[in-house]
Amino acid sequence: MVTFGGGSRDDETFSEDGQQNIPHLLSELIPQSTFFARVVNRGILGHYVATASLATGVYETFNNFAAVPPDFPTVFEYFRQDLNRPVTDAWVVAPSNGFNRIGESGHRGYGEGKGAGVILPKRLLNAALNGNNANYDHLLRDNYESPLALPAEGGNDINLHELAETLKLSVDDFKTHALSLASPDELSVFIAKQLMRTLAPSLLWITLHDIDVAHSGAYSLYVEGIQRSDRLCAEIWRAIQSNPEYAGKTTLFILPDFGRDSDLSPGGNGFQHHRTGDAVSRTTWMMVLGPGVRENVIVDRAVGSIDLVPTLGARLGFNARFSKGSVLSEVA
Amino acid sequence: MQREWKAEQFAGWQPVARQTAVEHLALLNSLPPAFAPFLLKEIYSFDWKFPAERDDMLAQLRYLGALTPEEREREMAPFAALKLTPELLAFDAVNKPGEFLEKLSANLWATGQMDSFRKASEEYMAHFRKTHPEPAPATPRLAIVLMGEGVSSTDYPLFRKLRRQGTLFRNVQHGNGYKDISDLLERRAASHPDGYAHWWIDGGTAAAAEKITPVSYQALSPMRLALATKIRQAFEARMSPETLRTILAETTPETLGLHASGDVLLDRFTLSLFTEGSGTQIYSTTFVQWAAREVLRRAKPLTLVARYTPRVRESSMRELLSGTPMGTDAAGSLIDADMGAWYTWIGLQRLTGADQSNFLAWFEGHAQAVAVGPAFARAKEEASAVTLADLLTKMAG
Repeated sequence: MVTFGGGSRDDETFSEDGQQNIPHLLSELIPQSTFFARVVNRGILGHYVATASLATGVYETFNNFAAVPPDFPTVFEYFRQDLNRPVTDAWVVAPSNGFNRIGESGHRGYGEGKGAGVILPKRLLNAALNGNNANYDHLLRDNYESPLALPAEGGNDINLHELAETLKLSVDDFKTHALSLASPDELSVFIAKQLMRTLAPSLLWITLHDIDVAHSGAYSLYVEGIQRSDRLCAEIWRAIQSNPEYAGKTTLFILPDFGRDSDLSPGGNGFQHHRTGDAVSRTTWMMVLGPGVRENVIVDRAVGSIDLVPTLGARLGFNARFSKGSVLSEVA
Repeated sequence: MQREWKAEQFAGWQPVARQTAVEHLALLNSLPPAFAPFLLKEIYSFDWKFPAERDDMLAQLRYLGALTPEEREREMAPFAALKLTPELLAFDAVNKPGEFLEKLSANLWATGQMDSFRKASEEYMAHFRKTHPEPAPATPRLAIVLMGEGVSSTDYPLFRKLRRQGTLFRNVQHGNGYKDISDLLERRAASHPDGYAHWWIDGGTAAAAEKITPVSYQALSPMRLALATKIRQAFEARMSPETLRTILAETTPETLGLHASGDVLLDRFTLSLFTEGSGTQIYSTTFVQWAAREVLRRAKPLTLVARYTPRVRESSMRELLSGTPMGTDAAGSLIDADMGAWYTWIGLQRLTGADQSNFLAWFEGHAQAVAVGPAFARAKEEASAVTLADLLTKMAG
């Protein structure tokens, strides 16, 4: 699972003007995928709460900036419980702004210890640097949604050395490699690939977030974020194909959590935010690649963001019993 | 929220705002709790509003006041149907109108009522505008956007969106283009000398002249840096967003230790660009775009010049808020400005007389410009030589 936690619009992606920003999605991935052209998010358009909704299959309603777990069971809990999988088999790699509670819900019967391990690469790097952040600022960029909307801290404390052990990566090697990376999302993908090499989890959820620099109002940076996400998605697919644990037996889902406001919505400021709830900000897309998935197929009917979890359940063999979404038969 | 507001509750308001609210108290008390606070917030800042905004506000109050009780009930029915929490209903919207609206917005999102609210708002505004159309401008409006300082050449397809609306000129002889533009602005200001009708917004230093309202990112640096310090401190103290918002909402130029310009409306406006805008505190390109949007939306000017200069390069929020001098990103700023110009044209289209308005975006110091207006064909490219002065003359009619 790859989500763009920082919505992107058709204007900058699949429209005529936007296609130049996504060469990898267009030429490498779409021809191999079933592409859902209209995925509608009817929930709250805040990145953490929306990503939690993607992960639970229910439109969650908690405060986007609070460090709270989702109310409903997550895909990770369904997966582990129904398929009797160990804790090392489900992981989330996410930006650090509040996502640390996304691995397991507050739902009775699920919850603590029953979900996914969550790695927040920026917090990890911060811990590794131990305050000596010189040369690493570009990887530690904070949430841009608003300087007035800082995410709350909370959740599980980082045990840096335990994680280093898990990833088979020394703290020094981690710091050295980080220096060669250009952005927080590159750091996330580096960690995800390391996880794939060492633990080969069956369920891996990566949330990219560079695109959300759009909140700063700098269009060039927003477009750069899209171009980077495009490149990283292709890189993840190549990593899947080149790893024997994954090649030929892995399905990749890619979708933004939602869009961004239309240029024409008077209540918004175009690409900068996702506050109006207009159709452009609610509508996005999803592509699915992997064995048994029909290639080069476009599904034009409107589907819901919350259809993802029951669809994963149908593919992987678990029952997303509390989800309010429907199974997408085209890829189930 | 207390639904029976009394005059004494408005004692802490600014004089004109208080008088306006008290005069319309019966009307305000008759409106649903999901609607009245929006009017309340507008009236709250009445003393700091531009003439066009005041006229609009008073027109809305006249419109609502002139409806019969049955008509008003019908008009307000979609707002009355929205369900608010008891906490919201008990909240002090008179003294904290901004905070109330933030809570209301969060409540509408969480309860899935945001779409209904948006639809109700659009319908209300359509009904209001039908009976109270905005006045036509005294002369066709004109907006000019300059961009590209520090960029010697670019492969970026400039004006891609705007060229569909007008004519792209590829061979503009610009001579002393900057001066031509500032002269035109001065002539228009002299012909139509209303307050706040002519603006120059600049990422560097704004051109100053009589009857032209300047907004300069550089001149506002002390205000911006003082606010950035507050935000950085909140950042480091892990202050809650609500607390920081309250602090910023209560910020005045004086509490930042700054000398007022003598124009209270302008001081309040420029402060709002930093306290209500996102990214305006860190990027000059965002500041120019947002300022242009807000000037068009609020002051409804006859003439607007927005000039982009290079913003600082991307970095961590902590570094950006530190006030430490940093390098600039001229190429990225040109792309920001290109999108900003598109948004300025859209903002211009939302004002009365849009079909007669004129718009020019110029890659400053270069031969490329796009012109949109009645005298320019749509979706056309022009390779033959034309002077910038001629383009401006065509726009002046």
